Amino acid sequence: MDSVVDFEKAFLKQDVPDFRVGDTIKVSYKITEGGKERIQSLDGVVIERKGSGIRETFTLRKISNGVGVERTFPLHSPKIEKIAVLKKGIVHKAKLFYLRDKIGKKAKVKEKKG
Amino acid sequence: MTMNQILATKLGMTQIFNEEGNLIPVTVLRAGPVTIVQKKTKEKDGYESFQVGFLPAKEKHITRPLAGHFKKTNVKPFRILREIKVEDSSHLNPGTELKVSDLFKVGEFVDVLGVSKGKGFQGVMKRHNFNGGPKSHGGMSHRRPASGGETNSAKVYRGKRAPGHMGNDSVTIQGLEIVKLEPEKNLLIIKGGVPGPNQSHLFLRTSVKLARKMHKKETARLAKQQKETGKEKGKGKK
Repeated sequence: MDSVVDFEKAFLKQDVPDFRVGDTIKVSYKITEGGKERIQSLDGVVIERKGSGIRETFTLRKISNGVGVERTFPLHSPKIEKIAVLKKGIVHKAKLFYLRDKIGKKAKVKEKKG
Repeated sequence: MTMNQILATKLGMTQIFNEEGNLIPVTVLRAGPVTIVQKKTKEKDGYESFQVGFLPAKEKHITRPLAGHFKKTNVKPFRILREIKVEDSSHLNPGTELKVSDLFKVGEFVDVLGVSKGKGFQGVMKRHNFNGGPKSHGGMSHRRPASGGETNSAKVYRGKRAPGHMGNDSVTIQGLEIVKLEPEKNLLIIKGGVPGPNQSHLFLRTSVKLARKMHKKETARLAKQQKETGKEKGKGKK
């Protein structure tokens, strides 16, 4: 009864789509630039989901202009406007850090069909 | 400026997102409600204050003398009693419940008094942040306190930092901001950490340095506002 977990519950997002490590998702998030707010999006492979409750985060990886880019988001952040699952992937690991050392076709995650 | 005070239980730390969407560290406290057990007046006791009770106790856990004390003002027994000083005690009577939502507001600053976690008997490196000696190259004085002082005085001065019991001290953390209030659950959420383990009891009061900190915040806000309006004016000229 006297638990912080109960308190945290009120701040958790209810509409988070079901996505896993290996999925390709698109995140739309708010950024403030010179006092103005606009929405930017980033799509990439989820290589990590970690933490629980309000501390839960996920990391996206994509190859942008030949350079690997990674970004970690707090899952329940109010700055995240929308998360859309683009592709489901088949993976055997919980963390896909091995993608960092792979290039070309090996750096791809197999898509789950149907 | 009124000095509001209340007793609380520490529920634990977590994080929440503030209005700007930034994650901030917070401590969740169950503050109050406290009930006035005894009223002290200037005529009778020489000063004005309330003795308040926090957390109801079972009657079997209360000693006879204490039970008599509670019976005198016809209130239920409590586990913790503490006096809170007030300027004027005439407006409230024993049996009145004081709630957090009546005493504190979001955005105010509080001081938190508590007892820190006990660490047991600790050496100087942990207790006083000494550097210790070299770990290798033949140094045998790894975590030792080294010299106790000069030889000429032929004694060790009082207050010389040495190994000993660490923690379990009463600690005051000043100027913590109230981020959120949940009156139905008596929850008070403050930014930052407070002393002691979870479920420990704390004493909260309106920050002594509140006036200064609030003033600083207000001037910063005004300066920002002025800057923004100044910018708009500049745009208009172009």
